[in-house]
Amino acid sequence: MMHLIVLPIVLPLVVGILLLYRRQGGTRLKRLAGVGSTALLVLVGIALVGQAASGEVTYYALGDWQPPFGIVLVLDRLSALMVLLTAVLALGAVVFACDGDDERGSNFHGLFQWQLMGINGAFLTGDLFNLFVFFEVLLLASYALLLHGGGKARIQAGVHYVVLNLAGSALFLIAVGVLYGATGTLNMADMAARLAELPAERAGLVTAGGLMLLVVFGLKAAMLPLYFWLPRTYAAAPAPVAALFAIMTKVGVYAILRVYSLIFGEAAGPLANLEQAWVWWLSLATLVAAGVGVLAARDLRLLVAYLVLVSVGTLLAGIGMGSPRAVSALLYYLIHTTLITGGLFLLAELIGQQRGKAGTRLVRGRPLQQGGWLAGLFFLGAVSVAGLPPLSGAIGKALLLAAAEGGQRPWLWPTLLLTGLCSLVALSRAGSTLFWRSQGEPSGEALTWRKWFGVTWLLAASPLLVILAGPVSDYTEATAAQLADPQRVIDALLPTAGDAP
Amino acid sequence: MESLYAITTGVLTACGLYLTLRGRTFPVVVGLTLLSYAVNLFLFSMGGLTTDGAAIVDGAGDYADPLPQALVLTAIVIGFAMTAFVVILAMRARSEVGNDHVDGRSHDDEERSR
Repeated sequence: MMHLIVLPIVLPLVVGILLLYRRQGGTRLKRLAGVGSTALLVLVGIALVGQAASGEVTYYALGDWQPPFGIVLVLDRLSALMVLLTAVLALGAVVFACDGDDERGSNFHGLFQWQLMGINGAFLTGDLFNLFVFFEVLLLASYALLLHGGGKARIQAGVHYVVLNLAGSALFLIAVGVLYGATGTLNMADMAARLAELPAERAGLVTAGGLMLLVVFGLKAAMLPLYFWLPRTYAAAPAPVAALFAIMTKVGVYAILRVYSLIFGEAAGPLANLEQAWVWWLSLATLVAAGVGVLAARDLRLLVAYLVLVSVGTLLAGIGMGSPRAVSALLYYLIHTTLITGGLFLLAELIGQQRGKAGTRLVRGRPLQQGGWLAGLFFLGAVSVAGLPPLSGAIGKALLLAAAEGGQRPWLWPTLLLTGLCSLVALSRAGSTLFWRSQGEPSGEALTWRKWFGVTWLLAASPLLVILAGPVSDYTEATAAQLADPQRVIDALLPTAGDAP
Repeated sequence: MESLYAITTGVLTACGLYLTLRGRTFPVVVGLTLLSYAVNLFLFSMGGLTTDGAAIVDGAGDYADPLPQALVLTAIVIGFAMTAFVVILAMRARSEVGNDHVDGRSHDDEERSR
């Protein structure tokens, strides 16, 4: 059982390598391996959540080099939750892709597994430099997946995405270098312990490093001045890939949450909560920009991409509030928004396939072959993502609104609610155009069960999250409490902290 | 030595940044390469610069901090892979879009907008 923590990284790595041997031909086998591995990851995720739910922080030292010297993977409630969430999202996307999308280019399933490896690694690592390495792994896989199938729009969006992320990686390395130079360690827990007794003349260096990290994570999470790559990239990506990308912005949110709660926590003295003011104001600005973008989108896929941006603004606002209650609310919202926006990307593809030439553009087109079912799913997704009761979006937003304290309320309440209204207006306009303004004969082929499964698997999360709201919010509250107490992680990883040389 | 090192890194970064902001894909690729060289140099210096230090810790005398060397090795490998990828991507964009502008605009559009 003790090797369980490393399994979410090793399993997709090995399956991805095995798939390389069968790069040509053998579609059935490749699909079986891809889906099987992802399904296994769901089981591993459930087991990890079970292990973390006791509240104990466990770690896995690779090669048995004990921290702070070796590379460690750390499992706490937050990382276990994120690994499970990734696996659930990926299962829907990979089953959806098995319906022909995976045959448009080479080695889809292998790249998909490596992307999962990078994401899981980023969630589990306890070391800043390994965070960089896993970011690169997931980015390299995502570049290739984004270009899967080719085409002019994808290549153009891909150039921007790749260049921006390479510049981001350079900045990440500089930030890691600065922090290493100032503290002499890369292990996050060790760095947190050393910041508590940092000489005053190095505080400036650490501040610079910490804020540079915020720029990098903000780029990944698509925070306001750094989000311009996102809508075009996500709208151009193949549907199952776009659905998986729904977790990628959350990797940035997770990294902000992890690094600033652990390293720059209360114990860091004058450097504590370095990021909070920045994240708070930028998140509100992101929400406003995303609301405008949602109203302006003239294509369903672009609309969903802007909805991802709305969710990023909402999540960052939760971090900016900086109370355990807000963190608990944002984690509940994170589960909801990842699965629902992923589902909406898949649904947009289904709608586009049945409308012939009009595709996902919001213009008059042919009626849909299976319009009734698709409209029902779209209604479910729209109600959920716009945050209307009774579905999970409403609960998540209500928790966030309730967590706002004093002076934060006059800023958060109108922004969040008005952005919700923008989403609602845009989604109802899109829905009425897609399903009601139609002429001619229905075209397109009937959809297969794999596509239906992918979409329903993800969208069903919304009612499920409502039914299980009690246990889920209990878990997120405990997670927030654990995050608010970084000393526990430090004690678990460095039992001899204090008398170490 | 320190000041020479710092100036070199700074000049490399400035050139890389300038080229990355250009509008054509080839200068952007070269800019990213320069930027990654600068970052590697910077990382290398973060453990403190030592002359005549042993590269391996043998318990005796002066040694160079081994950790930045390990970091730089990893960063170089990743940087090479990324540069290779971005070169191919730029060539692919050139052939698919028909021009080498980062935004995919043709030369005529640019003239008109001027």
